[in-house]
Amino acid sequence: MFPASFGYFAPRSLDEALDLLVAHGENAKLLAGGHSLLPAMKLRLASPRYLIDIGQLPGLRGIKQDDATVVIGALTLHAEIAASPLVRRLLPGLAEAASVIGDLQVRNRGTIGGSVAHADPGADFPVILSALGASFVIQGRAGARIVGAGEFFVDFFTTALAHDEIVTEIRVPLPPTGSGTAYAKLPHPASGYVVVSAGALVVRESSGRCRSASVALGGIDNRPVRAEATETALAGVPLTAESIERAAASAAEGAHPMDDEYASAEYKRRVAVVYARRALEEAARRAAA
Amino acid sequence: MTENFPPVPIALTVNGRKQEARVEPRTLLVYFLRDELRLTGTHVGCDTTQCGACTILMNGRAVKSCTVLAAQANGAEVTTIEGLAHDGKLHPVQQGFYEKHGLQCGYCTPGMVMTAVHLLDTNPHPTEEEIRHALEGNLCRCTGYVNIIESIRWAAEKFGEKDVSR
Repeated sequence: MFPASFGYFAPRSLDEALDLLVAHGENAKLLAGGHSLLPAMKLRLASPRYLIDIGQLPGLRGIKQDDATVVIGALTLHAEIAASPLVRRLLPGLAEAASVIGDLQVRNRGTIGGSVAHADPGADFPVILSALGASFVIQGRAGARIVGAGEFFVDFFTTALAHDEIVTEIRVPLPPTGSGTAYAKLPHPASGYVVVSAGALVVRESSGRCRSASVALGGIDNRPVRAEATETALAGVPLTAESIERAAASAAEGAHPMDDEYASAEYKRRVAVVYARRALEEAARRAAA
Repeated sequence: MTENFPPVPIALTVNGRKQEARVEPRTLLVYFLRDELRLTGTHVGCDTTQCGACTILMNGRAVKSCTVLAAQANGAEVTTIEGLAHDGKLHPVQQGFYEKHGLQCGYCTPGMVMTAVHLLDTNPHPTEEEIRHALEGNLCRCTGYVNIIESIRWAAEKFGEKDVSR
């Protein structure tokens, strides 16, 4: 299978890439690892007239700590995030999510910037990044802006990005001492995409009470949804198996899952409760460790 | 209806040899390797990023060459199954597949071997679970995977870290 014909550009700088985006408007798509775009193009679900390959642009790949923020370049590979000692130590839930995307070869090509810009409702990064309160640095010709996860993910395959903008960085605030993060996923057995998944961040006081909790769910709506009722139920209460189970029971409240050929909406609701509980239990265990 | 867009000049290293070409932008790396360079050991199975038969090493990482544009490989170092054996001596992973009967029809084998080479490069002593996790992107319809895993364990145990790395 071949994509439809297209013109190909490999700009050497971010400015050049932005100029090309402006020049070609909505006829152009950005290409990084290509592991969402190229399969869609081979199936002729997408036929952009031009591809602007930013995959080898300098300066957009790598993970660093900047005070209380972990900064991840948009071209950083899933495999690099999964293997990063910094991420594994400080944000194990993010490393977990990275390690279960697709398969090994997909993780060796796919980029975090591409994943979030594609905004597949069955993707893993949008879920855990929503739970962690990440924000996205978006570069346009007029300058940069920073958008939080809550505003960045808009709808199925739709983000706050304009067609002439590029995600350059993902910024994850470091959770305070005594925190734990985790990601739990029910993958589709063939495709590996999310059927239902949950990302969790638990901030624990030394007394064992939950100072705050953040839970985001994937697969049950048009974008990652925060389980606000669960978060409210956990705040201020002692972290026990019982309190977590009680809070997780309301995880799917307010979500709008859809039936598909693999799982019914009702099934997804019920499974969301289970995966929210599992992610919270693991995050709480890590917070106490 | 097909519009002609300018070809893309590329220069890359394949199995240690420099290659230069001008490719149509939509040329997939696997077809460049097979049709232009005649390296037909890399197979096309599903053509949809599922089966892993087209797995090669690109800059040392196992990737599915049906889902990489030849243009994206500009400047890259590529290793295909043809590049593993040296002077008639099989790579330890190839030897493992031979010793442990890690194949039946052989269609998936080049991709399996390339993924295993990457695995042992990054994790020289994997557990069985780690081997299984690494092979999630490689499908085999014959073996049931048991002997493939045995083959990779054989390579890891027999040769150890230093010899398996390339």
